[in-house]
Amino acid sequence: MKGYNFAYLDEQTKRMLRRALLKAVAIPGHQIPFGAREMPLPYGWGTGGIQVTACVIGRDDTLKVIDQGADDTTNAVSIRRFFAKTAGVATTTRTVDATVIQTRHRIPETPLTEAQIIVYQVPQPEPLYKLEPSRAETRRMHALAEYGAMHVKLYEQVARYGQIAISYDYPVMVNGRHLMAPSPIPAFDNPKMHRMKALQLFGAGREKRIYAVPPYTDVVSLDFEDYPFRAGRAPHACALCGDTASYLDEVVTDDRGGRMFVCSDTDHCATRRERVA
Amino acid sequence: MAADILAHPGFADPVHDRQVSFRALLQALARPGTFHPVAVPPDPPAPLAPATAAVLLTLVDGEAPVHLTGPFAALGAWVAFHTSGTEVAAGDAAFVLADALPDFASLKAGTDEIPESSTTVILQMPALEGGPPLTLRGPGIETTRDFGPCGLPDDFVARWAANRRLYPRGIDLVLCAGSLVAGLPRSTTVTPPR
Repeated sequence: MKGYNFAYLDEQTKRMLRRALLKAVAIPGHQIPFGAREMPLPYGWGTGGIQVTACVIGRDDTLKVIDQGADDTTNAVSIRRFFAKTAGVATTTRTVDATVIQTRHRIPETPLTEAQIIVYQVPQPEPLYKLEPSRAETRRMHALAEYGAMHVKLYEQVARYGQIAISYDYPVMVNGRHLMAPSPIPAFDNPKMHRMKALQLFGAGREKRIYAVPPYTDVVSLDFEDYPFRAGRAPHACALCGDTASYLDEVVTDDRGGRMFVCSDTDHCATRRERVA
Repeated sequence: MAADILAHPGFADPVHDRQVSFRALLQALARPGTFHPVAVPPDPPAPLAPATAAVLLTLVDGEAPVHLTGPFAALGAWVAFHTSGTEVAAGDAAFVLADALPDFASLKAGTDEIPESSTTVILQMPALEGGPPLTLRGPGIETTRDFGPCGLPDDFVARWAANRRLYPRGIDLVLCAGSLVAGLPRSTTVTPPR
Protein backbone atom coordinates (compact mmCIF):
# COMPACT_ATOMS: atom_id res chain seq x y z
CA MET A 1 0.00 0.00 0.00
CA LYS A 2 1.47 3.32 -1.12
CA GLY A 3 2.49 5.68 1.67
CA TYR A 4 2.73 2.99 4.32
CA ASN A 5 5.43 0.53 5.31
CA PHE A 6 4.81 -3.18 4.71
CA ALA A 7 2.24 -4.35 7.29
CA TYR A 8 1.59 -0.76 8.46
CA LEU A 9 4.05 -0.54 11.39
CA ASP A 10 7.35 1.30 10.94
CA GLU A 11 10.56 -0.71 11.12
CA GLN A 12 11.70 0.78 14.43
CA THR A 13 8.49 -0.34 16.12
CA LYS A 14 8.74 -3.79 14.57
CA ARG A 15 12.30 -4.18 15.82
CA MET A 16 11.29 -3.20 19.36
CA LEU A 17 8.43 -5.69 19.26
CA ARG A 18 10.53 -8.41 17.68
CA ARG A 19 13.17 -8.16 20.39
CA ALA A 20 10.42 -8.40 23.00
CA LEU A 21 8.89 -11.41 21.25
CA LEU A 22 12.20 -13.29 21.24
CA LYS A 23 12.52 -12.68 25.00
CA ALA A 24 8.87 -13.71 25.46
CA VAL A 25 9.58 -17.02 23.74
CA ALA A 26 12.63 -17.55 25.98
CA ILE A 27 10.51 -17.04 29.14
CA PRO A 28 7.20 -18.82 28.41
CA GLY A 29 4.19 -17.14 30.02
CA HIS A 30 6.09 -14.08 31.28
CA GLN A 31 4.55 -10.72 30.30
CA ILE A 32 6.88 -8.23 28.65
CA PRO A 33 5.99 -4.52 28.38
CA PHE A 34 6.26 -2.90 24.95
CA GLY A 35 5.56 0.50 23.47
CA ALA A 36 2.16 -0.18 21.92
CA ARG A 37 1.46 2.18 19.04
CA GLU A 38 -1.71 3.96 18.13
CA MET A 39 -3.40 1.81 15.50
CA PRO A 40 -6.13 2.78 13.05
CA LEU A 41 -8.75 1.13 15.25
CA PRO A 42 -9.57 1.59 18.91
CA TYR A 43 -8.11 -0.27 21.85
CA GLY A 44 -10.22 -3.31 22.57
CA TRP A 45 -10.52 -4.20 18.90
CA GLY A 46 -7.37 -6.25 18.70
CA THR A 47 -4.59 -3.66 18.53
CA GLY A 48 -2.21 -5.89 20.49
CA GLY A 49 -2.80 -8.86 18.24
CA ILE A 50 -2.51 -6.68 15.14
CA GLN A 51 0.85 -5.28 16.24
CA VAL A 52 2.19 -8.77 16.92
CA THR A 53 0.88 -10.04 13.58
CA ALA A 54 2.38 -7.00 11.80
CA CYS A 55 5.90 -7.74 12.97
CA VAL A 56 5.64 -11.49 12.36
CA ILE A 57 3.87 -11.64 9.00
CA GLY A 58 5.71 -11.85 5.67
CA ARG A 59 4.85 -11.73 1.99
CA ASP A 60 4.52 -15.51 1.73
CA ASP A 61 2.17 -15.92 4.68
CA THR A 62 -1.51 -16.78 4.49
CA LEU A 63 -3.52 -15.06 7.21
CA LYS A 64 -6.70 -16.25 8.91
CA VAL A 65 -8.48 -14.04 11.44
CA ILE A 66 -11.23 -15.28 13.73
CA ASP A 67 -13.44 -13.48 16.18
CA GLN A 68 -15.12 -15.82 18.70
CA GLY A 69 -14.44 -18.64 16.25
CA ALA A 70 -16.06 -16.89 13.30
CA ASP A 71 -14.31 -15.68 10.14
CA ASP A 72 -17.21 -13.49 9.09
CA THR A 73 -17.77 -11.06 11.96
CA THR A 74 -16.85 -7.37 11.84
CA ASN A 75 -13.61 -7.60 13.77
CA ALA A 76 -12.32 -10.59 11.81
CA VAL A 77 -13.24 -9.16 8.43
CA SER A 78 -11.72 -5.75 9.26
CA ILE A 79 -8.40 -7.15 10.44
CA ARG A 80 -8.17 -9.55 7.51
CA ARG A 81 -8.77 -6.65 5.11
CA PHE A 82 -6.30 -4.49 6.99
CA PHE A 83 -3.47 -6.93 6.32
CA ALA A 84 -4.60 -7.72 2.79
CA LYS A 85 -4.36 -3.99 2.14
CA THR A 86 -1.23 -3.01 4.09
CA ALA A 87 0.83 -6.17 3.55
CA GLY A 88 -0.73 -7.61 0.40
CA VAL A 89 -0.79 -11.06 2.00
CA ALA A 90 -3.10 -13.88 1.02
CA THR A 91 -5.97 -14.47 3.41
CA THR A 92 -8.08 -17.52 4.05
CA THR A 93 -10.90 -18.72 6.26
CA ARG A 94 -9.64 -22.31 6.26
CA THR A 95 -7.61 -23.24 9.32
CA VAL A 96 -5.54 -25.81 7.44
CA ASP A 97 -4.45 -23.28 4.78
CA ALA A 98 -3.31 -20.56 7.20
CA THR A 99 0.29 -19.98 8.29
CA VAL A 100 -0.60 -17.18 10.71
CA ILE A 101 -3.90 -17.17 12.61
CA GLN A 102 -4.95 -14.11 14.59
CA THR A 103 -7.69 -14.91 17.04
CA ARG A 104 -10.06 -13.21 19.39
CA HIS A 105 -11.13 -15.60 22.12
CA ARG A 106 -11.10 -19.03 20.43
CA ILE A 107 -8.66 -21.71 19.33
CA PRO A 108 -9.72 -23.47 16.12
CA GLU A 109 -11.18 -26.96 16.53
CA THR A 110 -8.76 -28.29 13.88
CA PRO A 111 -5.47 -29.10 15.66
CA LEU A 112 -2.76 -26.62 14.66
CA THR A 113 0.55 -27.74 13.14
CA GLU A 114 4.23 -26.90 13.59
CA ALA A 115 4.04 -24.73 10.47
CA GLN A 116 1.52 -22.37 12.04
CA ILE A 117 1.67 -19.42 14.44
CA ILE A 118 -1.40 -18.37 16.43
CA VAL A 119 -1.66 -14.76 17.66
CA TYR A 120 -4.12 -14.05 20.47
CA GLN A 121 -5.78 -10.69 21.06
CA VAL A 122 -5.64 -10.07 24.80
CA PRO A 123 -7.70 -7.50 26.71
CA GLN A 124 -6.20 -8.13 30.17
CA PRO A 125 -2.84 -9.94 30.21
CA GLU A 126 -2.45 -9.94 34.00
CA PRO A 127 -4.12 -13.05 35.46
CA LEU A 128 -3.84 -11.57 38.98
CA TYR A 129 -5.40 -8.22 38.06
CA LYS A 130 -8.76 -8.83 39.77
CA LEU A 131 -6.99 -10.00 42.91
CA GLU A 132 -4.27 -7.36 43.02
CA PRO A 133 -4.73 -4.22 40.91
CA SER A 134 -1.19 -2.91 41.47
CA ARG A 135 1.18 -3.74 38.64
CA ALA A 136 4.18 -3.27 40.89
CA GLU A 137 2.72 -5.84 43.26
CA THR A 138 1.73 -8.43 40.63
CA ARG A 139 5.18 -8.15 39.04
CA ARG A 140 6.66 -9.09 42.41
CA MET A 141 4.16 -11.94 42.79
CA HIS A 142 5.28 -13.33 39.42
CA ALA A 143 8.94 -12.88 40.39
CA LEU A 144 8.38 -14.93 43.54
CA ALA A 145 5.93 -17.36 41.87
CA GLU A 146 3.57 -16.33 44.67
CA TYR A 147 0.26 -17.55 43.28
CA GLY A 148 -1.51 -18.54 46.50
CA ALA A 149 -4.10 -15.79 46.04
CA MET A 150 -5.34 -17.41 42.84
CA HIS A 151 -5.71 -20.77 44.53
CA VAL A 152 -7.67 -19.07 47.30
CA LYS A 153 -9.97 -17.56 44.67
CA LEU A 154 -10.59 -21.00 43.17
CA TYR A 155 -11.12 -22.44 46.66
CA GLU A 156 -13.67 -19.75 47.49
CA GLN A 157 -15.60 -20.66 44.36
CA VAL A 158 -15.61 -24.31 45.36
CA ALA A 159 -16.83 -23.31 48.84
CA ARG A 160 -19.56 -21.04 47.44
CA TYR A 161 -20.68 -22.80 44.26
CA GLY A 162 -19.45 -26.36 44.78
CA GLN A 163 -17.21 -26.07 41.73
CA ILE A 164 -14.62 -23.85 40.10
CA ALA A 165 -16.92 -21.38 38.34
CA ILE A 166 -14.65 -19.83 35.71
CA SER A 167 -15.91 -20.39 32.18
CA TYR A 168 -13.42 -18.25 30.22
CA ASP A 169 -9.97 -16.70 30.76
CA TYR A 170 -9.32 -19.67 33.05
CA PRO A 171 -5.85 -19.18 34.60
CA VAL A 172 -3.08 -21.52 33.48
CA MET A 173 0.40 -22.36 34.73
CA VAL A 174 2.94 -22.26 31.91
CA ASN A 175 6.12 -24.35 31.93
CA GLY A 176 5.53 -24.98 35.63
CA ARG A 177 6.60 -21.44 36.47
CA HIS A 178 4.46 -18.52 35.27
CA LEU A 179 0.76 -17.99 35.90
CA MET A 180 -0.75 -16.78 32.64
CA ALA A 181 -4.04 -15.41 31.34
CA PRO A 182 -4.95 -17.51 28.29
CA SER A 183 -7.00 -14.50 27.03
CA PRO A 184 -10.78 -14.84 27.24
CA ILE A 185 -10.93 -18.15 25.38
CA PRO A 186 -13.50 -20.55 26.83
CA ALA A 187 -12.07 -22.95 29.39
CA PHE A 188 -13.07 -25.56 26.79
CA ASP A 189 -10.06 -24.42 24.71
CA ASN A 190 -7.49 -24.50 27.53
CA PRO A 191 -6.46 -28.13 26.95
CA LYS A 192 -5.60 -27.25 23.32
CA MET A 193 -2.86 -24.91 24.58
CA HIS A 194 -1.09 -27.73 26.41
CA ARG A 195 1.90 -28.91 24.35
CA MET A 196 0.39 -27.33 21.21
CA LYS A 197 2.49 -27.90 18.09
CA ALA A 198 2.12 -24.30 16.93
CA LEU A 199 3.88 -21.28 18.44
CA GLN A 200 1.45 -19.16 20.49
CA LEU A 201 1.93 -15.39 20.74
CA PHE A 202 -0.18 -12.98 22.81
CA GLY A 203 -0.59 -9.23 22.34
CA ALA A 204 -2.38 -6.78 24.64
CA GLY A 205 -2.44 -3.32 23.02
CA ARG A 206 -4.11 -1.19 25.67
CA GLU A 207 -2.21 -2.89 28.49
CA LYS A 208 0.99 -2.85 26.41
CA ARG A 209 2.13 -6.37 27.18
CA ILE A 210 3.15 -9.32 25.07
CA TYR A 211 3.86 -12.91 26.01
CA ALA A 212 4.36 -16.26 24.34
CA VAL A 213 4.13 -20.02 24.70
CA PRO A 214 6.57 -22.03 22.56
CA PRO A 215 5.45 -25.31 20.98
CA TYR A 216 5.32 -28.43 23.18
CA THR A 217 5.18 -26.38 26.38
CA ASP A 218 3.18 -27.47 29.42
CA VAL A 219 0.09 -25.32 29.90
CA VAL A 220 -1.86 -26.58 32.90
CA SER A 221 -5.21 -25.19 34.05
CA LEU A 222 -5.19 -24.56 37.80
CA ASP A 223 -7.35 -26.94 39.82
CA PHE A 224 -7.44 -29.14 42.91
CA GLU A 225 -6.97 -32.90 43.17
CA ASP A 226 -10.54 -33.34 44.40
CA TYR A 227 -11.94 -30.62 42.11
CA PRO A 228 -10.16 -31.28 38.81
CA PHE A 229 -10.36 -28.89 35.86
CA ARG A 230 -13.34 -29.60 33.62
CA ALA A 231 -13.71 -28.21 30.11
CA GLY A 232 -17.41 -27.46 29.75
CA ARG A 233 -19.54 -27.13 26.62
CA ALA A 234 -23.27 -26.84 26.03
CA PRO A 235 -24.77 -30.37 26.12
CA HIS A 236 -26.13 -30.27 22.58
CA ALA A 237 -25.22 -31.23 19.04
CA CYS A 238 -24.52 -28.45 16.52
CA ALA A 239 -27.82 -27.66 14.76
CA LEU A 240 -26.00 -27.26 11.43
CA CYS A 241 -23.35 -29.98 11.29
CA GLY A 242 -24.37 -32.23 14.17
CA ASP A 243 -21.00 -32.17 15.92
CA THR A 244 -21.29 -33.30 19.54
CA ALA A 245 -17.69 -32.45 20.50
CA SER A 246 -17.14 -28.88 19.26
CA TYR A 247 -17.64 -25.69 21.25
CA LEU A 248 -21.13 -24.27 20.67
CA ASP A 249 -22.63 -20.78 20.51
CA GLU A 250 -26.19 -20.31 21.66
CA VAL A 251 -28.13 -18.30 19.09
CA VAL A 252 -31.48 -16.75 19.98
CA THR A 253 -33.77 -17.19 16.98
CA ASP A 254 -36.97 -15.39 17.98
CA ASP A 255 -38.58 -13.54 20.89
CA ARG A 256 -40.54 -16.56 22.13
CA GLY A 257 -37.62 -18.42 23.69
CA GLY A 258 -36.51 -20.13 20.48
CA ARG A 259 -32.79 -20.87 20.32
CA MET A 260 -30.30 -23.03 18.51
CA PHE A 261 -26.80 -24.22 19.28
CA VAL A 262 -24.22 -24.01 16.48
CA CYS A 263 -20.47 -24.50 16.23
CA SER A 264 -18.58 -21.38 17.28
CA ASP A 265 -15.80 -22.33 14.82
CA THR A 266 -17.40 -21.46 11.47
CA ASP A 267 -14.64 -23.08 9.38
CA HIS A 268 -14.93 -26.32 11.35
CA CYS A 269 -18.70 -26.36 10.89
CA ALA A 270 -18.58 -25.52 7.15
CA THR A 271 -15.89 -28.13 6.51
CA ARG A 272 -17.98 -30.81 8.22
CA ARG A 273 -21.06 -29.86 6.22
CA GLU A 274 -19.08 -29.90 2.94
CA ARG A 275 -17.86 -33.40 3.75
CA VAL A 276 -21.40 -34.63 4.25
CA ALA A 277 -22.76 -32.90 1.14
CA MET B 1 36.80 3.35 6.91
CA ALA B 2 33.86 5.01 5.16
CA ALA B 3 34.77 3.06 2.03
CA ASP B 4 34.71 -0.15 4.06
CA ILE B 5 31.27 0.66 5.38
CA LEU B 6 29.85 1.25 1.92
CA ALA B 7 31.72 -1.68 0.36
CA HIS B 8 29.75 -4.01 2.64
CA PRO B 9 26.12 -2.96 2.39
CA GLY B 10 23.25 -4.01 4.63
CA PHE B 11 20.23 -5.99 3.45
CA ALA B 12 19.36 -5.63 -0.22
CA ASP B 13 15.65 -5.49 0.64
CA PRO B 14 15.68 -4.28 4.27
CA VAL B 15 11.99 -4.60 5.18
CA HIS B 16 11.47 -8.12 3.85
CA ASP B 17 14.94 -9.44 4.62
CA ARG B 18 14.49 -8.34 8.24
CA GLN B 19 11.10 -10.05 8.37
CA VAL B 20 12.49 -13.32 6.97
CA SER B 21 15.45 -13.20 9.35
CA PHE B 22 13.23 -12.40 12.33
CA ARG B 23 10.96 -15.36 11.56
CA ALA B 24 14.05 -17.56 11.39
CA LEU B 25 15.14 -16.26 14.81
CA LEU B 26 11.64 -16.64 16.25
CA GLN B 27 11.44 -20.27 15.12
CA ALA B 28 15.03 -20.90 16.24
CA LEU B 29 14.28 -19.78 19.81
CA ALA B 30 10.83 -21.39 19.83
CA ARG B 31 12.31 -24.74 18.72
CA PRO B 32 15.73 -24.90 20.39
CA GLY B 33 18.44 -26.72 18.49
CA THR B 34 16.78 -26.54 15.06
CA PHE B 35 18.40 -24.68 12.13
CA HIS B 36 16.71 -21.88 10.22
CA PRO B 37 17.96 -19.97 7.16
CA VAL B 38 18.02 -16.18 7.38
CA ALA B 39 18.01 -13.63 4.54
CA VAL B 40 21.66 -12.75 4.06
CA PRO B 41 23.18 -9.38 3.17
CA PRO B 42 25.12 -9.51 -0.11
CA ASP B 43 28.68 -9.07 1.16
CA PRO B 44 29.12 -8.89 4.94
CA PRO B 45 32.50 -7.64 6.19
CA ALA B 46 34.95 -10.27 7.46
CA PRO B 47 34.87 -11.95 9.87
CA LEU B 48 31.06 -11.78 10.01
CA ALA B 49 29.30 -14.88 8.71
CA PRO B 50 26.23 -14.01 6.61
CA ALA B 51 23.86 -15.23 9.34
CA THR B 52 25.64 -13.21 12.02
CA ALA B 53 25.42 -10.06 9.91
CA ALA B 54 21.72 -10.75 9.28
CA VAL B 55 21.00 -11.09 13.01
CA LEU B 56 22.71 -7.75 13.73
CA LEU B 57 20.83 -6.03 10.90
CA THR B 58 17.53 -7.49 12.14
CA LEU B 59 17.71 -6.82 15.88
CA VAL B 60 20.21 -4.09 16.74
CA ASP B 61 19.33 -0.38 16.78
CA GLY B 62 19.83 2.71 18.90
CA GLU B 63 17.58 1.28 21.63
CA ALA B 64 19.46 -2.02 21.85
CA PRO B 65 23.17 -1.42 22.38
CA VAL B 66 25.70 -4.01 21.38
CA HIS B 67 29.09 -5.17 22.64
CA LEU B 68 31.57 -6.49 20.09
CA THR B 69 34.25 -8.92 21.28
CA GLY B 70 37.37 -10.54 19.82
CA PRO B 71 37.68 -10.34 16.04
CA PHE B 72 34.41 -8.39 15.80
CA ALA B 73 35.76 -5.43 17.81
CA ALA B 74 36.89 -3.70 14.60
CA LEU B 75 33.35 -3.70 13.16
CA GLY B 76 32.05 -0.87 15.34
CA ALA B 77 31.76 1.63 12.47
CA TRP B 78 29.98 -0.87 10.20
CA VAL B 79 27.48 -1.80 12.92
CA ALA B 80 26.90 1.84 13.85
CA PHE B 81 26.28 2.87 10.24
CA HIS B 82 24.01 0.00 9.23
CA THR B 83 22.03 -0.52 12.45
CA SER B 84 22.39 2.76 14.43
CA GLY B 85 23.48 0.48 17.28
CA THR B 86 25.82 2.00 19.84
CA GLU B 87 28.72 0.10 21.37
CA VAL B 88 28.69 -0.30 25.13
CA ALA B 89 30.47 -2.36 27.79
CA ALA B 90 29.53 -6.05 27.97
CA GLY B 91 27.60 -5.57 31.21
CA ASP B 92 25.30 -2.95 29.62
CA ALA B 93 24.70 -4.62 26.26
CA ALA B 94 21.43 -6.04 24.96
CA PHE B 95 23.47 -8.08 22.49
CA VAL B 96 27.02 -9.40 22.80
CA LEU B 97 28.66 -10.54 19.59
CA ALA B 98 31.33 -13.21 20.09
CA ASP B 99 33.04 -16.15 18.44
CA ALA B 100 33.85 -17.78 21.79
CA LEU B 101 31.36 -18.22 24.60
CA PRO B 102 31.76 -15.22 26.93
CA ASP B 103 31.75 -15.51 30.71
CA PHE B 104 28.04 -15.22 31.58
CA ALA B 105 28.90 -13.58 34.92
CA SER B 106 30.07 -10.48 33.00
CA LEU B 107 26.68 -10.11 31.27
CA LYS B 108 23.20 -8.99 32.30
CA ALA B 109 21.04 -11.90 33.47
CA GLY B 110 18.02 -9.69 34.17
CA THR B 111 16.18 -9.53 37.48
CA ASP B 112 13.46 -11.77 38.90
CA GLU B 113 10.92 -9.02 38.21
CA ILE B 114 12.30 -8.05 34.80
CA PRO B 115 14.01 -11.19 33.50
CA GLU B 116 13.76 -9.94 29.91
CA SER B 117 16.35 -7.25 30.65
CA SER B 118 19.06 -9.81 29.99
CA THR B 119 21.77 -10.12 27.36
CA THR B 120 21.34 -12.16 24.22
CA VAL B 121 24.67 -13.61 23.10
CA ILE B 122 25.10 -13.83 19.33
CA LEU B 123 27.68 -16.56 18.97
CA GLN B 124 29.30 -17.19 15.60
CA MET B 125 30.26 -20.83 15.21
CA PRO B 126 32.31 -22.77 12.62
CA ALA B 127 29.26 -25.01 12.08
CA LEU B 128 25.95 -25.84 13.76
CA GLU B 129 26.64 -29.56 13.57
CA GLY B 130 29.59 -31.95 13.73
CA GLY B 131 30.57 -31.05 17.28
CA PRO B 132 30.22 -33.09 20.48
CA PRO B 133 26.60 -34.22 20.83
CA LEU B 134 24.32 -32.66 23.42
CA THR B 135 20.76 -33.54 24.43
CA LEU B 136 18.23 -30.71 24.74
CA ARG B 137 15.00 -30.72 26.75
CA GLY B 138 12.46 -28.06 27.55
CA PRO B 139 9.84 -25.79 25.97
CA GLY B 140 9.80 -26.07 22.18
CA ILE B 141 11.07 -29.66 22.21
CA GLU B 142 8.60 -32.53 21.97
CA THR B 143 10.73 -35.06 23.85
CA THR B 144 14.46 -34.54 23.45
CA ARG B 145 16.53 -33.09 20.63
CA ASP B 146 20.13 -33.91 19.66
CA PHE B 147 22.27 -30.87 19.05
CA GLY B 148 26.01 -30.81 18.37
CA PRO B 149 27.34 -27.47 17.18
CA CYS B 150 31.08 -27.01 16.54
CA GLY B 151 32.89 -24.52 18.71
CA LEU B 152 31.26 -24.65 22.14
CA PRO B 153 33.73 -24.82 25.06
CA ASP B 154 34.40 -28.17 26.75
CA ASP B 155 32.73 -27.03 29.97
CA PHE B 156 29.59 -25.79 28.17
CA VAL B 157 27.20 -28.21 29.89
CA ALA B 158 28.27 -27.04 33.34
CA ARG B 159 28.20 -23.35 32.36
CA TRP B 160 24.77 -23.69 30.78
CA ALA B 161 23.46 -25.57 33.82
CA ALA B 162 24.56 -22.62 35.99
CA ASN B 163 22.67 -20.28 33.62
CA ARG B 164 19.62 -22.59 33.67
CA ARG B 165 19.51 -22.45 37.47
CA LEU B 166 18.93 -18.69 37.35
CA TYR B 167 15.58 -19.15 35.57
CA PRO B 168 13.55 -17.05 34.85
CA ARG B 169 16.71 -14.92 34.80
CA GLY B 170 19.44 -15.93 32.40
CA ILE B 171 21.30 -15.46 29.14
CA ASP B 172 19.80 -16.48 25.78
CA LEU B 173 22.02 -17.76 22.98
CA VAL B 174 21.67 -17.27 19.25
CA LEU B 175 24.11 -19.46 17.32
CA CYS B 176 25.11 -18.46 13.78
CA ALA B 177 27.03 -20.33 11.10
CA GLY B 178 26.96 -19.77 7.36
CA SER B 179 23.45 -18.58 6.59
CA LEU B 180 21.80 -20.55 9.42
CA VAL B 181 20.75 -19.64 12.93
CA ALA B 182 19.85 -21.82 15.92
CA GLY B 183 18.67 -20.82 19.36
CA LEU B 184 19.28 -21.87 22.92
CA PRO B 185 16.91 -19.94 25.18
CA ARG B 186 17.45 -19.92 28.95
CA SER B 187 14.52 -22.36 29.34
CA THR B 188 16.42 -25.20 27.63
CA THR B 189 18.10 -27.91 29.68
CA VAL B 190 21.32 -29.24 28.15
CA THR B 191 22.87 -32.57 29.13
CA PRO B 192 25.49 -34.87 27.59
CA PRO B 193 23.76 -37.73 25.73
CA ARG B 194 23.09 -40.83 27.81
